[in-house]
Amino acid sequence: MYTQALDIPPGEQPKRKPDAVENAAYQAEFDARIDAGATIEAKDWMPEAYRKTLVRQISQHAHSEIVGMLPEGNWISRAPSLKRKAILLAKVQDEGGHGLYLYAAAETLGVSRDELTEALLSGKAKYSSIFNYPTLNWADVGVIGWLVDGAAIMNQIPLCKCSYGPYARAMVRVCKEESFHQRQGYDALLAMMSGTDAQRELVQDAVNRWWWPSLMMFGPHDADSPNSGQSMRWGIKRISNDDLRQKFVDATVKQAEVLGVTLPDDELKWNEARGHYDFAAIDWDEFWNVVNGHGQCNVDRLAARVKAWDDGAWVREAAVAHAEKQAAREKAAA
Amino acid sequence: MERKEWPLWEIFVRSKNGLDHKHCGSVHATDARMALQVARDVYTRRQEGVSIWAVKASDIVASDPDAKPELFDPAEDKIYRHPTFYKLPDEVDHM
Repeated sequence: MYTQALDIPPGEQPKRKPDAVENAAYQAEFDARIDAGATIEAKDWMPEAYRKTLVRQISQHAHSEIVGMLPEGNWISRAPSLKRKAILLAKVQDEGGHGLYLYAAAETLGVSRDELTEALLSGKAKYSSIFNYPTLNWADVGVIGWLVDGAAIMNQIPLCKCSYGPYARAMVRVCKEESFHQRQGYDALLAMMSGTDAQRELVQDAVNRWWWPSLMMFGPHDADSPNSGQSMRWGIKRISNDDLRQKFVDATVKQAEVLGVTLPDDELKWNEARGHYDFAAIDWDEFWNVVNGHGQCNVDRLAARVKAWDDGAWVREAAVAHAEKQAAREKAAA
Repeated sequence: MERKEWPLWEIFVRSKNGLDHKHCGSVHATDARMALQVARDVYTRRQEGVSIWAVKASDIVASDPDAKPELFDPAEDKIYRHPTFYKLPDEVDHM
């Protein structure tokens, strides 16, 4: 405190401590920083609604990664070769890792890991509806990598530039690893497509089942997505649901062609005027049905998470007891 | 049942010798040894590091974001601390 501050009489120094959580001066400063594209960090002042939106979005995202381990975990013990098994193990481990990066990012907003876990296990928190579909054959694992992770990448790349620093940094790590997920899936499908007719049929069947749910991953149409505008204003969301969905469709058509599968949409065709592919209307009733808990696997997925949490209770308690005992012994020896 | 959350540890990873340890996230663990083991699985699955530091989050002392002006603004007007402040004759300006 030896420079400019000396020139300002003490009484005139701006008072910076907020009188209340919502403070007009802080709000103006926050808005200006968002407009300037600056990053908000954990300890910075932020509007309560911004914080709440982030906690909801980041934790839902984390829950999706954790629940997302289940459909593919279903095939680890039945992978067709040791190579595919090692790859799938690494991928499922990554999903667990992504969940942990994201829980850590959410915790910087002042919410505890236990609260987040409880919200998932009680059914209060949502996770991506895509994981409420079953994985019926080995091709499903490949298609999840190709389409589901492909759609996830489209969604996640803009989040690397989101206004909240800890979330953006977690997403950079996630996106780096997600690319492996998509490529290994496509690679597994290429192998099946060079096999027998029966194997090719399995791939086509899996594509038929996963295509529309994958398109639903981008969320409702922009017009039906009331919170999108605010998220865009806050720099949490950078590209709209419909724009991302279109980008995904445009990128996937060629990949399907090279693979030798048909995407299950008679209306899918190139629109010269738009410079994009047109595609049929999405069945939003199915989407909301799954979101609201009536998909094929909602009950099983949640039950599996609750069981894992309950079965692990004694491990969590024992680890704490062990650490406390060790600490007490060290203290006694000192 | 009493719920006891495992303590939070901040994780710093040195990506290779010659570089600084860099903060990369946090983990929950009951003790230091577990913090390192968990950090290894969570943050270095692809050889991202050669060394890990785990620091209990509660042991970190951080500056107050609200103190940013008085802490950091005083350096703003001291442009003479930068080499570009000094205009030297062209013949020797690459010094």
